[in-house]
Order: sequence, then structure tokens, then C-alpha cells
Amino acid sequence: MSDILRAATAWELQLMLAPYIEKKTPIEVVGSGSKARIGRPTQTAATISTASMHGIWMYEPTELVMSAHGGTPLVQIEAALAGNNQMLAFEPTDIGPTSGGARGTQTIGSVFACNVSGSRRIAIGAARDHLLGIEGVNGRGELFRAGGRVMKNVTGYDLCRGVAGSWGTLAILTEVTFKVLPAPEKTATLVYPDLPDDIGVELMCAAMRLPYEVCGTVHLPKNVAGRLEHSALADLGQAVTALRIENFEKSVDYRTQAMREALKVYGDPLVIGSMNSLEFWGELRRLSVMPYDEATCLWRISTAPMMGPKVVASIRRHMPAEVMYDWSGGLVWIEVPASADAGSSDVRRAVAVHGGHATLIRADASVRGSVEVFQPQSPLAERLTGGLKSVFDPMRMLNPGRMYANL
Amino acid sequence: MSLAMPLPDKVTLSRSAEIIADLKRIAGEVAVIADKDGRRTFETDGLTAYRAMPLAVVLPDTTELVAEVLRYCHREKIKVVARGAGTSLCGGALPLEDAVVIGVSRMSKVLEIDYDNRFARVESGITNLAISKAVAEEGFFYAPDPSSQLACTLAGNLAMNSGGAHCLKYGVTTNNVLGAKVVLMDGEILELGGPHLDAEGYDLLGLMIGSEGQFGIITEATVRILRAAEGARPMLLGFASSEAAGACVSAIIATGIIPVAIEFMDRPAIEVCESFAKAGYPMDAEALLIVEVEGSEEEINDRLAQISCIAAAYNPTTTQISSGATQSAKIWKGRKSAFGAIGRISDYYCMDGTIPLSRLPEVLRGIGEICAAHKLRVANIFHAGDGNLHPLILYDANDEASAERAELAGAEILSLCVEVGGCLTGEHGVGIEKRDLMTKQFSEAELMLQMNIKTVFDPDWLLNPGKVFPLHLTRDARSSSAA
Repeated sequence: MSDILRAATAWELQLMLAPYIEKKTPIEVVGSGSKARIGRPTQTAATISTASMHGIWMYEPTELVMSAHGGTPLVQIEAALAGNNQMLAFEPTDIGPTSGGARGTQTIGSVFACNVSGSRRIAIGAARDHLLGIEGVNGRGELFRAGGRVMKNVTGYDLCRGVAGSWGTLAILTEVTFKVLPAPEKTATLVYPDLPDDIGVELMCAAMRLPYEVCGTVHLPKNVAGRLEHSALADLGQAVTALRIENFEKSVDYRTQAMREALKVYGDPLVIGSMNSLEFWGELRRLSVMPYDEATCLWRISTAPMMGPKVVASIRRHMPAEVMYDWSGGLVWIEVPASADAGSSDVRRAVAVHGGHATLIRADASVRGSVEVFQPQSPLAERLTGGLKSVFDPMRMLNPGRMYANL
Repeated sequence: MSLAMPLPDKVTLSRSAEIIADLKRIAGEVAVIADKDGRRTFETDGLTAYRAMPLAVVLPDTTELVAEVLRYCHREKIKVVARGAGTSLCGGALPLEDAVVIGVSRMSKVLEIDYDNRFARVESGITNLAISKAVAEEGFFYAPDPSSQLACTLAGNLAMNSGGAHCLKYGVTTNNVLGAKVVLMDGEILELGGPHLDAEGYDLLGLMIGSEGQFGIITEATVRILRAAEGARPMLLGFASSEAAGACVSAIIATGIIPVAIEFMDRPAIEVCESFAKAGYPMDAEALLIVEVEGSEEEINDRLAQISCIAAAYNPTTTQISSGATQSAKIWKGRKSAFGAIGRISDYYCMDGTIPLSRLPEVLRGIGEICAAHKLRVANIFHAGDGNLHPLILYDANDEASAERAELAGAEILSLCVEVGGCLTGEHGVGIEKRDLMTKQFSEAELMLQMNIKTVFDPDWLLNPGKVFPLHLTRDARSSSAA
């Protein structure tokens, strides 16, 4: 096990990093480490954690903006926001536990570093759409800032977006400034039982074509719905297609009725109110229906919504699979039997045919070391990606090989 | 005006006849504009104080042709300035005398519309509004709505990461684009993203958007289209002071309401816009808010009533809800034609700083003092919900001293925006206009980091040179990358 260094400030982090840079010895970058088992295994002599850099240092509810140190636990951020009836609208999924990481510990820095977004993504954008500013230390050991604290900012290139989703391979995020939004007054969920996958996806896409601002669409086939902790829905013993509406109370009531009417060919939905809805969508955020299991591997596939069931059907021709569809069918979590290559060639072929990209979220380290974990890139994109890495981290100091072997 | 552009390369200029002949051979006679009158159309953009005749203009009609022209320019080390409709307010599309302008205006087709998957794939020369028009029959729209949307192209929107009045709810360009086809300077074609969300690897698309035409030329894009709300209606709130209007905006947001737009105008802006658009703006108010909400008829009534209630605490001089579609259109016409309306009475210099909303009163006071000190008048119009200011500094373009004072006042205003925690530009871009102010917001090391990224996409710095970064720094960046 390598050393774990915990910097309390950006300055201390630079000091800790310096001897490694001097010796050109790469390091692993983590927040709480809940996602440490996602990505290609890295060969590093030490781990630097941001977990001791925590705290919210600026929060202006009327300006919808918050700044926090990179290691601040997400739960602390969300508790502060809830105190003002606000939220992180992109509702980051807790993706660590499904790969064996600790539940509820992820840091705000890692949420942006991995661009983790939940069900509301389809209505409100991804994590990186909410990131306004960053402060970080790059692989040269330099502290830099990008973006700012205001909602609209096109001053210079959009480095925040470049760093968001780079899995700690470009910079260690010491501070993040992000947009927050009011929490809805009321939430309702329309639950359509017993639809096959393709009809469930069709329903979700039809709902998104209505003017009622649906802000969450998931389809859980029967087996996966049965894993819900939410007993009322698990006990249905059927597939569940859920549509979420949020707004002020009268509006939610009106839209619920309007949607029932507009989508009546799909059957009569069960309508669940605010409390139950929060519980259900909270459970999806925890990915509790895709629990850690050494006997299976888990893929995360992003595709055009209507392509979701087609991708799944292609993969199922080669192996059994349990799936959950989010983002109207555009985000597929697919669990396949553990094997030496995690079904990689069949998954990649399905995605190549139907479009999109796949990431291996859960697999044994030996598998993650031998197949591509992230979607392989075109040679040109690979060249540009390598160029960006060299700008931020020319000696390949930060999380080397975590995303791609030579990155 | 005071901003210098890089000196033209004499060798390139001396070869212009040969270069034009080559371009005609590659792109065909009709796609190349080489005569003086033809080129004059392209000598400036929305920042009309600056002009330069380009060496030649090429208007390709396919991505492949863009690639061929770029490959040629890359080989011959000829600078290239990409151009959409030329509506940039910051000189982003200003040509250089030794550069070839590549315009995308002939590439304006809608290639694919997919309502189920909620995207449209279009050529980048399409105008912003034409995308919304193409999907209107199904009740859809493309959300970013810069005031120039009738004329500006998606290509320009992508290059500058354009915003608009309705960004408060729907986000800016980068939040509404899923994929793009980009031609790099060496002629290679890069495909990014697609109908799916959040493409793999680093967010090259996110870096491309807002790179001001310095990374590549986007010829095609997959944009997100959204189902429009059942209806939308604005209301007008007049106040006795800008402070009261600003406090009202904060109070609305604090209640948990995010209107689709909150626009602010001060008295000089109200007067000009009202005389132009007859929108029914209150002439006795010192500050005016246009607040728009969306939903069903009943939802709109509820929301507007709630906002009226909140506003009442700030003693509005006017509270007027739009009576229907005709009045709503007039209200927006007044706002969207504000720049044009002011342009009819005076030359103006349009600023675009963004500030934290809580600093609004002091910044408005500061803007007033700066302009008064330079003996200039100013009208303030801005997107209040997100703190994006557009002070319009009025000056006389025929009076060089007045133009110089306007530029100085503008720089001071933007410095003030940065000092209070804001930024130089919220949606127009840096271009040449704010190039030399970049050091106010970023350290030299941070600018060097950005410039090194530019070098990854365009190692020879041939794309849209002389913009975004102070010239002395770009020389440093180029020599360090060559070393």
C-alpha cells in the first residue's frame, strides 16, 4: 500500500507534490477514495488526498452560487443547500459503492473531476454545466484558477469544462465554484407498471416531447425493479417506468393530470407524491439497484435515448444482462457476468453500431488493467487529448494511465 | 482607435495574386471573393470601429472544401479568420490584411431533426433563429437566443459561446450542444459527441465552444432542441431607483422562483427603446425590469401574481402584466432591438461584463461616475438574473477624442466588474476588444496555460490570430512552444 498524503491547503498540496515532481514519481489523486476502483489501475508510489481540504467558503443563495474546497464531502454541501431550500440540480449519482467504494463519502471535487450527473441531467445539464470556476494544482505543481463565480463568463477558453470529467489526470481540484438552484416546492412521479423495455423508452421519449418539463425519466425492468428498497414499487413485481415532475404545488397537480391524459395509451400510472418521490429518486441516486457484486461487471453506456434498448438487445445476444435505463433510455447501466474481458468486445461492438460510448464501472482490477475502461477515442481525438495532458501534466504525474494507458 | 493588430506579413501580401489563384483552383471561382468591393463587405464585424481588408474571402459549401482550403493555408502558413455572419461585438471576426477569411454562410442546411431523441443536426452557417424555426412545427425550439439571432450564425454562437435573454433558465450555447464536426487548421476533420450526452474522454467539445475560432472551424453541430412551454408572458416592473430593482431581482430568486428571463433597463435605455418600439415601458421609472415566466395560462397567472407580491415590497412605480401575445411581442421587441434603437441616436460602445448580483448598486453607480468623468452618456441594459451587464457608452465616431474616451471608459468599467468578483465578458467574447484587459482577470501564468492549449489545436497559431490574448504574451507562448 502506498503512502496517503493529506494536504490541508493548496499551498501544502504544492509542497507535498514537489518532491514527487522532482523525482518524476507519479501519484494517485483521490478525494475520499470512494471511486478509487473505477478506471484503469494506476502504478503510483503515493496517494494524495484532498479530503483534508474541506469547507464551504462562499455561499450566496440569492446569487445561486457556492464555493467549496475540493475535499468537502458532498453531504455537507447538500445539507447547507437544503437549509436554504436549494440543491445541486444535477443530483450527482453516488457511483463509488457500486464498485465497492464507501457509500455517501464522495467529495465535491471528485463529483466535478468525474463529471458525475444523475437523472435530472436530461433536463438541467451535467455536473460540468454547473461548474463556474476552479482552482487547482496541475502536474507541474502550479496553482491556477479558471472561470469565476458568475453565471455567464466567456472570458478566455473554457478550462473548467476541460478539467471536469478528466478524472484527476489534468489537475487536483483544490476549490470549485458552482451554480445551485432552488429545490422544487413539490415533486410527483408518474409510475407506469409492466412495460417492456422498448415501450418504456418510447414512453419516456414521448414524455420529454410534452411541454411539462419532465425532469427525470427512468425505466427499471422487472428484475431490477425488484431490487428497489422502496417497498411499494418493489412489491409491484413488475417493470417500472417513472416520470418525475417538479414545480410549485398547483403546477405539479395540473401537469400530473395533463400528462396522464397525454400519455394515456401507455396505461394508467400510479402517482406518488413528494415524500415517496424523494425516496425513490434518492435511491436511484445511490444506484442501490446496481449493488456491488463480484460475480458481475457493470457498464455505463451513454447513447441516444431511443437506441438504449437496441444496445441492450445487441449485448444480450452474447450474454445475460440486467439493466436500468435512465435519461429516457440514453443512459444504460448494464450488469453482465464477470469474465476476463467483462464482455468488452460485445459491449463495444453494440455501442459502435448504435452510437454512444461505454465505460466499465465495476470489474476486477486485473480486468480493468487489460481492457479499455473508458471509450477508445479516434486517433485524432487521442492526439489532442494527449496534447492537453502534456499542457497540464507533461511528466504524467497525476493518475497516469487511469483513463487511457498512455495518458 | 487604440488597439493594434499584428503587422501583416509582407511575404504573404506579396504573394496575394498567387494565393488567390490557388484558392480559386481549390474552391472554384464562385467560392472565392478577391475583388476589392467584394472583400470590403468582410472588412469589419459588429465592432465597426476596426476594419481591415482581408487578402481573400472563401465561402466553401462543404466540410471537405473547408478542410482542403485549410490544408492549403496550413501548408503555405497563411493566417485564417473564420466568419459566420460577422455580428461579433468584440471584433472576433475582424479580418487581417494577410489573412484569408473563411465564411460558413453557404453551409446553412438542416441535416437531421429527431424529436424523440431531441436533437437537430445542422450545418454551422445556419442562423440561430432558423434552427428554432425549423423545429417550431412540433413546438420545439433551440434555446440560446442572442439579440442578433435573426442574423447571427450558429458557427459564431459556437465560437463565442453566445448567451441571450433566456439563458437564465436554459443555459448558454455550451449547455445546448451535443456534438460537432470541426476542421482543424491542418485540414483534419474531428468528430465530437453526437446525439448522446457527455461524450467520452476530455471534453474537447466544451473546449472548442468559446474558443473564438482559434482551435478550429466548426462546420456542423448536433444541438439539443427543447419542447417549448405551453405559453410565456412577461411583466413590467418600474422602480424609482436601480437599487430597488436590483433588490427585487434578489428577492425573486431568494423565494425560489427562477423566471425564464429577468431583463433590466435604466432610464436612458427605457426612453430610447420606448420611442423606438412603443412597447408601453413606463417613462417615469428610473429602472425597469422585464420578468418573463412560462407555463400554462393558469401557471403563468399564479407565478406573475407571486412576483407582483414580492415586488410590492420594493415600491414599484409600475406593475404591469402583459395583456397578451401582441403586447408581449412589443415588450420583447423593445428589449431585443435596444442596441439598434440606441444605434439610431448615437454611436455606442457595448460592454459585456458580468458581476455578482449583490454588487449591482455600487457597480451601476461606478459606471455612472466613470462615464461622467469621461464626459460621456451611458445607457444600461442587462440580463439581471445572471448579472450580465451591457452598459452602452454613447460617443461620436467622427470625433476621435470622444471615441478614445469611450474606449477608456469601457476598460475602466470592465476593470470594475473584475474588481467586484465578476468577469470581462459574459457572452460576447474577448475578440480584440478585451484582449489587452485579459491580464486584469488572469495572471500571466494562467494566460500561458490557456495559450498552450491553443498551441495543441493550432501549433502554428494561424487561426484567428491577434485576438483573445495580449500580443506580447502570444509572442512568448509561441516561442516557448517552439523551443
